[in-house]
Amino acid sequence: MQEVTTEKKEFTPNIVAFCCNWCSYAGADLAGSSRLTYPANVKIIRVPCSCRVNPTFILKAFQQGADGVILCGCHPGDCHYVTGNYYTRRRMALLFNFLDYMGIEKERTRVEWVSAAEGARFSAVMNDFVETVTKLGENKRLTDLRVKEGE
Amino acid sequence: MKDVELKMIERAKALLESGEVARVVGWKKGDFCFDPSPAVFETVEELKDFVYDYFCGANLSKYLIQVSKKEGKTAVFLKPCDTYSFNQLVKEYRIKRENVYVIAVECLGKLDIEKIKGNGIVGVTGVEVVGKDVNVTSAYGNATLYKPDVVLTKCATCTKTHVAKDEEIILHEREAKDVNRFEEVEKLEAMTADERFAFWREQLSKCIRCNACRNVCPACSCLKCVFDNPASGIAAKANDDQFEEQLFHVIRAFHVSGRCTDCGECSRVCPQNIPLHLLNRKFIKDIDGLYGEYQAGEESEGKTPLTSFTEGDSEVNDVVYGEAK
Repeated sequence: MQEVTTEKKEFTPNIVAFCCNWCSYAGADLAGSSRLTYPANVKIIRVPCSCRVNPTFILKAFQQGADGVILCGCHPGDCHYVTGNYYTRRRMALLFNFLDYMGIEKERTRVEWVSAAEGARFSAVMNDFVETVTKLGENKRLTDLRVKEGE
Repeated sequence: MKDVELKMIERAKALLESGEVARVVGWKKGDFCFDPSPAVFETVEELKDFVYDYFCGANLSKYLIQVSKKEGKTAVFLKPCDTYSFNQLVKEYRIKRENVYVIAVECLGKLDIEKIKGNGIVGVTGVEVVGKDVNVTSAYGNATLYKPDVVLTKCATCTKTHVAKDEEIILHEREAKDVNRFEEVEKLEAMTADERFAFWREQLSKCIRCNACRNVCPACSCLKCVFDNPASGIAAKANDDQFEEQLFHVIRAFHVSGRCTDCGECSRVCPQNIPLHLLNRKFIKDIDGLYGEYQAGEESEGKTPLTSFTEGDSEVNDVVYGEAK
């Protein structure tokens, strides 16, 4: 007779990382070519600049099953478009604080500045973020039941 | 309030008769004493229906987006809170300032018929305000209510004064109020994340997506709204899922952040009584705290907090994880 396993499957979070084309995406590239590891459940979406990220993108990512969303851009002052990430900084500070106000765990959202030369930092940031979100568990507060159904 | 009303009608009449303005935007009598509605008056005869009383809570500034594009000048009556929305719309090039003749009127706080009815009074036929007493006459007798209990939520914490000046009609001097409009936001912030989530889930689950908050909001003046996009999945229909409620309200609050003058129309028109102003006030409070005190609509030019920056702004993670708060 087949044994019924009650053992729970280990939770692996889905992480969406929005990376700017000029710094963070190249940083991820460097992490790869330097043979540094970061968890495979980080899905990178390349955007021209961190300020291209509309708040709707972040909410949609959560809707479609992300457990954490991280936004990476050039260090302030280094933006390829000169000022883009300064706007990102204001917008995301307000948006993430607001999501916290709505009761959505703030640890699920983060902004990190990663330059093209910081492969090691990219890997460290991702490892840390995935660990944090894994501890938090599944995203249940900002998610769409209809999307979950198909899983 | 009756003396103010007479003065307003007199002024409107003079402006229309002299041909200085082609139309006047004001409030028109409704079916009941408590439901006057915004209206455009083009002739002196139409002014017989003009009304200005304690139920004229509607913000007229958004109507000027359409009306100010018509030929000729438009005169408009603006309450103190409306003048901020007006300035903000001028700043965003939505109203042609040179086509508008502003007449600022005193307000003293408008009454909320729902709150009056909440005291078990039905069939209201008239109200009279004497100091802090509201004498309500109804088909079933008279009652006296305490005014601060029955004013609109937006009026309870209002300390605004006129900021768009052409002409003023003031017969009542308002007394200085010492109120903290962020009190309820602070109360929510002090809760745990679980409590806040429960609070907002309960509130937002009442949303029927009638879009009244969006349609009345002077800051929501986009020609094409993101929520009218059929591809957005949540266009013009009731919410299917908790996520859609969150998406609509988070994105709407974000889109008006830095431009919201805190006129409170969203909460006033919400048929489900969702305290929508608490969403906008959170943004206002954060902007004040992080980027310096800012009141949208105080000036009719200049940049908003979200269209400007400084190199020394707080880092996102410091703000969200608590170090900069």
